[in-house]
Amino acid sequence: MSVLENKDMLNQLDQVIAKYKGQKGAVMQSLQDAQEIFGHVPKDVQIHIAEGLGVTLSEVYGVATFYSQFALEPRGRFIVGVCMGTACYVRGAKNVLDKMVAATGTPVGKTSEDGRFTIRDTRCLGACGLAPVIMINDDVYGRLVPDDVPGIVDKYKEL
Amino acid sequence: MNNITLTIDGVSVSVPQGSTVLDAAKSAGVRIPTLCYLSGINEIGACRMCVVDTGARALQASCVLPAAEGMTVKTNTPAVREARRVNLELLLSNHDKKCLSCVRSTSCELQNLCNEYGVSDENRFEGSVTPTQIDEVSPSIVRNNAKCILCRRCVAVCEKIQHVGVIGAVNRGFNTAIESPFGEALSNTACINCGQCIAVCPTGALTEKDDTDKVWAALNDETKYVVVQPAPAVRAALGEEFGIPMGTSVTGKMACSLRRLGFDKVFDVDFGADLTIMEEATELIGRVTKGGVLPMITSCSPGWIKFCETNYPDFLPNLSSCKSPHEMEGAMIKTYYAEKNGIDPKSIVVVSVMPCTAKKFEAARPELGHDGMADVDVVITTRELARMIRQAGIDFASLPDEDFDKLLGESTGAGVIFGATGGVMEAALRTAYETITGKTLDAVEFKAVRGLEGIKEAELDLDGLKVKVAVAHSTGMAAHLLDQIRSGEKEGLTFIEVMACPGGCVNGGGQPIVSPDEREKHDPRTLRAQALYQEDKGKLLRKSHENPEIKQIYADFLGEPNGHKSHELLHTSYQKRTKY
Repeated sequence: MSVLENKDMLNQLDQVIAKYKGQKGAVMQSLQDAQEIFGHVPKDVQIHIAEGLGVTLSEVYGVATFYSQFALEPRGRFIVGVCMGTACYVRGAKNVLDKMVAATGTPVGKTSEDGRFTIRDTRCLGACGLAPVIMINDDVYGRLVPDDVPGIVDKYKEL
Repeated sequence: MNNITLTIDGVSVSVPQGSTVLDAAKSAGVRIPTLCYLSGINEIGACRMCVVDTGARALQASCVLPAAEGMTVKTNTPAVREARRVNLELLLSNHDKKCLSCVRSTSCELQNLCNEYGVSDENRFEGSVTPTQIDEVSPSIVRNNAKCILCRRCVAVCEKIQHVGVIGAVNRGFNTAIESPFGEALSNTACINCGQCIAVCPTGALTEKDDTDKVWAALNDETKYVVVQPAPAVRAALGEEFGIPMGTSVTGKMACSLRRLGFDKVFDVDFGADLTIMEEATELIGRVTKGGVLPMITSCSPGWIKFCETNYPDFLPNLSSCKSPHEMEGAMIKTYYAEKNGIDPKSIVVVSVMPCTAKKFEAARPELGHDGMADVDVVITTRELARMIRQAGIDFASLPDEDFDKLLGESTGAGVIFGATGGVMEAALRTAYETITGKTLDAVEFKAVRGLEGIKEAELDLDGLKVKVAVAHSTGMAAHLLDQIRSGEKEGLTFIEVMACPGGCVNGGGQPIVSPDEREKHDPRTLRAQALYQEDKGKLLRKSHENPEIKQIYADFLGEPNGHKSHELLHTSYQKRTKY
């Protein structure tokens, strides 16, 4: 089933396209807003953007695959980003990531079976002073040790 | 506009404002090597082959560097040469380097530059290698990413010239690849099979699907009656494969070489072109006089047909129902010719030699045949024919001139010019004029529809009947024209010729490869077209309806143009296709 069958979401997408059409960087902007609406940007959505903006699907798909922020597959309710930037890495980010994988039962790059968590290793999140740092959706957790992880995960399991 | 004066390798040159250093170097007689650069459509400074020393901290890519007043540029210093060589060595570190088995060996720009810049160890840098992925699902085009250098010339021509845009750069960094969206095979996309991507590929990453094995097998099968028919544009370019200067027509040698390859009959698609004109001109006159759908649009170019079916299905009723010339001739070989000579049509193998990769797709269309037989069995390109001639040990350049075989080999000048943009239009007008007016047309050359302008328009006076016509070449230009008709901006057109490739068939995706360097020196679209117009001029008969074999086929077999038999064998229909 296509996500575009949701008329409300489709309507929002059409508004996004109308807003950016003809502007520089319209593809990038539209993809970003579309991801806000649908949670990810599957093929149907990319085709809709390409047709709406009057650009090729190749261009849209090129942008969508260039930036790691775009997800082509559905993602979990909570996107967990474990920073692997230099500062976090030297302060033990790898151990934090391993613990995160164990606590959520979800490999890196994948989404948990219940659709709750998506685990990603990310580049520098720009919070080096708090290293090692993770983000869960818009929440930031810093100065972590691996043992902090299960407690944090439990909080999101109850939400 | 002010000129800019700068010095390149000690030579002072003046160039118009807005020129790049690469442009300026050309006017100073300095050749700077390029790989990703394609004038006007791909100027992205990606490959760094064109680096030069301007005295700045680092070497700069001259293809995107604006020429500035007083600039001093050095293009030939040890640092520049070393940078270019290392660049090539790095490209080679992720290239399959199977030059010995590559069809682009000797016409490969990467290979040539490696030779020029003295790359002495193709394995100098060893590192990660992109896994090889070969897409050979398409009947026309093969993509091998192990030979791709990510120059994006194919992407540019597909999107900017053809308005097809089914390939692009995906992913990022080392994982960057040129692909169709969502990893689809080209054949599952809106690709029109035109092969313009092949024509601009500097390496062997994009090639035609080689069907020469099928032809050799047929030639070697004694139960088969193998007939060959080359398209008009092939004779204008085949010689280039054998060192004959561009723009030389090699019709006689080509006929001779085909006979020596062992074909049972050597016919000529020029005949099929004359037949097409009989049908198409009649169809046009019918539409004009009986109030049919206008403008009528030509249907010879299979790349254009798929483009129209996919992107402009509202124009399908405008397409002429005529099959393309080689399909018509294939149908005649398997009916008229077979009947006349008592040959079982099922034993006949029709091989078309085409300047075109889309013809391979066209020949496989299920509707183009009858009684379970395809009109055309195998299509090979000009390049593939050249390969066969070389393998057979035929010294092409020293061959004598021979003629085509009778019954389906005679042609007029009108059939010859099909290979150039505007040629079908001109040929149709020659016949339509005489049919409509009943008068003899003395000035047979309609110069207004010749040449390389993207969209050519003319208003013609056919003895009082005013006819507005237009000619578009490249599907990008066709799209532009159809958009104007859709919006009502352009009105009153009666007849439109569309060819999918820029310049028409002479510059088709199956023609001999011409590097961008050579293209800047002489335009193959012009020179090859001149060869055809020259041949037209030399013909005694220049109007399709004067072709004696055409008269004979209507008298003996078809009856009349657009008659019952014609509709059964020479006409076809189209289908709407999805874009994604």
